[in-house]
Amino acid sequence: MNNEMNCSIATGTGENYMNSVHRWGRIWNLSVMIILFAFPVAVGLIFRALPDLKGLGLGLLATAPMYWAVGIVETFTYIPMLGAGGSYLSFVTGNISNLKLPCALNALDQAGVKGNSDEGEVLSTIAIAVSSIVTTLIIVLGVVLLIPLRPLLENPVLDPAFAQILPALFGALGVVFVSRNWKISIAPIVLMLILFISIPALNSGTVGIMVPVSVIFTLIVSRIMYKKGWL
Amino acid sequence: MTFSVNHPILFVLAGIIIAVVLAQSVFFLVMAWRRGIKMGMDKKKLKRVAISAAVFTIAPAIAIIISVATLSKDLGIPLPWLRLSVVGSQSYETIAASNTMEAMGNSLGSGVALNATQYVTVALVMTISIMVGIWLVPVVAKKMQSGMITMEKRDKKWADIFSASMFVGMIAAFLGFVFCDVSSVFSGDMTGLIPVLVMLVSALCMCLSGLLVKVFKARWISDYALPVSLVLGMASAIPITAWLS
Repeated sequence: MNNEMNCSIATGTGENYMNSVHRWGRIWNLSVMIILFAFPVAVGLIFRALPDLKGLGLGLLATAPMYWAVGIVETFTYIPMLGAGGSYLSFVTGNISNLKLPCALNALDQAGVKGNSDEGEVLSTIAIAVSSIVTTLIIVLGVVLLIPLRPLLENPVLDPAFAQILPALFGALGVVFVSRNWKISIAPIVLMLILFISIPALNSGTVGIMVPVSVIFTLIVSRIMYKKGWL
Repeated sequence: MTFSVNHPILFVLAGIIIAVVLAQSVFFLVMAWRRGIKMGMDKKKLKRVAISAAVFTIAPAIAIIISVATLSKDLGIPLPWLRLSVVGSQSYETIAASNTMEAMGNSLGSGVALNATQYVTVALVMTISIMVGIWLVPVVAKKMQSGMITMEKRDKKWADIFSASMFVGMIAAFLGFVFCDVSSVFSGDMTGLIPVLVMLVSALCMCLSGLLVKVFKARWISDYALPVSLVLGMASAIPITAWLS
């Protein structure tokens, strides 16, 4: 049993499992893509309304190029961190950097396993799936109770708390991961501090773009340190 | 049929799609759980991970409800409910809706109710503009995973460092973001320090949790360390903001 547990995801039943994850992941994601398109199509058919072509074209031109570019970069950045099952789920359910990935990271940290291991794949998928289910159910509850909850949700006293989710989240996560990987953490943290403090355009709206920059920089620095025998 | 942004049919349509997305999560959860059991992983360990993930999710999910409430003023409840239950965010949906409404000679937040044509157009732009990840993952995930496995076979130590570097890189970007407004302090505006202090409170809570685990040998504390630190960090933002604003 232990041998099987320790085996790489590339061998034995692990390979079958991974093939199954990819097969079902493709089926689910492509199905979700189709039904997401079905929403505006169905609304149009039911209410006999065609899209405004000028609005559609100009709206896409103003919105899509940036988000397509970010989407492509995010896909290549996050897949190695989320694992296969976690990736298929996260790119459908969203909130990757502020919810799904921290959730997976916390699960791996608690269990003391590496993300690229067989166990890591299982645990990160479980964490992300549970997080997606809970998020969906809480939103359903919120929608059902939106009218009575509105005064509480829009209470200005609570505004600062919800405005500071990311600092609170990455303060807690950061202290764990930076302390465990301090050698490879120094250079990217220093670079990001310099960039974010000195360039006014870098803010909450652009932090997503800086994630791949920081990841690539960290990989380069780590590779150099590894080659020099410092790690 | 007269259109309204809160028409019951829109709730039904959004509900059906969200149910499918929920089913995908349940499907992957069951598949991973069975795989874990088959590998000989302790059921208690799997349960601990699931419970911790559920508890951790509560605060960020409430933030998403607030986004739904904000967007619902212009777009009704069903569309924000759908968009924020799948890949989407308040900032993205607002940008997509604003760009589209402006292209149609209107503006979001003008108080004028959307008609069916505007609604369909906005929903299409929102859907198309953020679809990349959903179709790109099925195209590249298997190849990328094969690459990771090849790297692991070739050099296990570097594969571990590679994985840790990716996590550290992501965290470093967000730590940098926490300091993005800190230079405002030099012009007398102390609000730039709010995220920094919140981050420190949260980090301190995490350190204290680690200390408690060691002192009392209570491993269960570590299961809730992240969600508790997150909520305490967020709660600290209320007095810190009142102090520095």
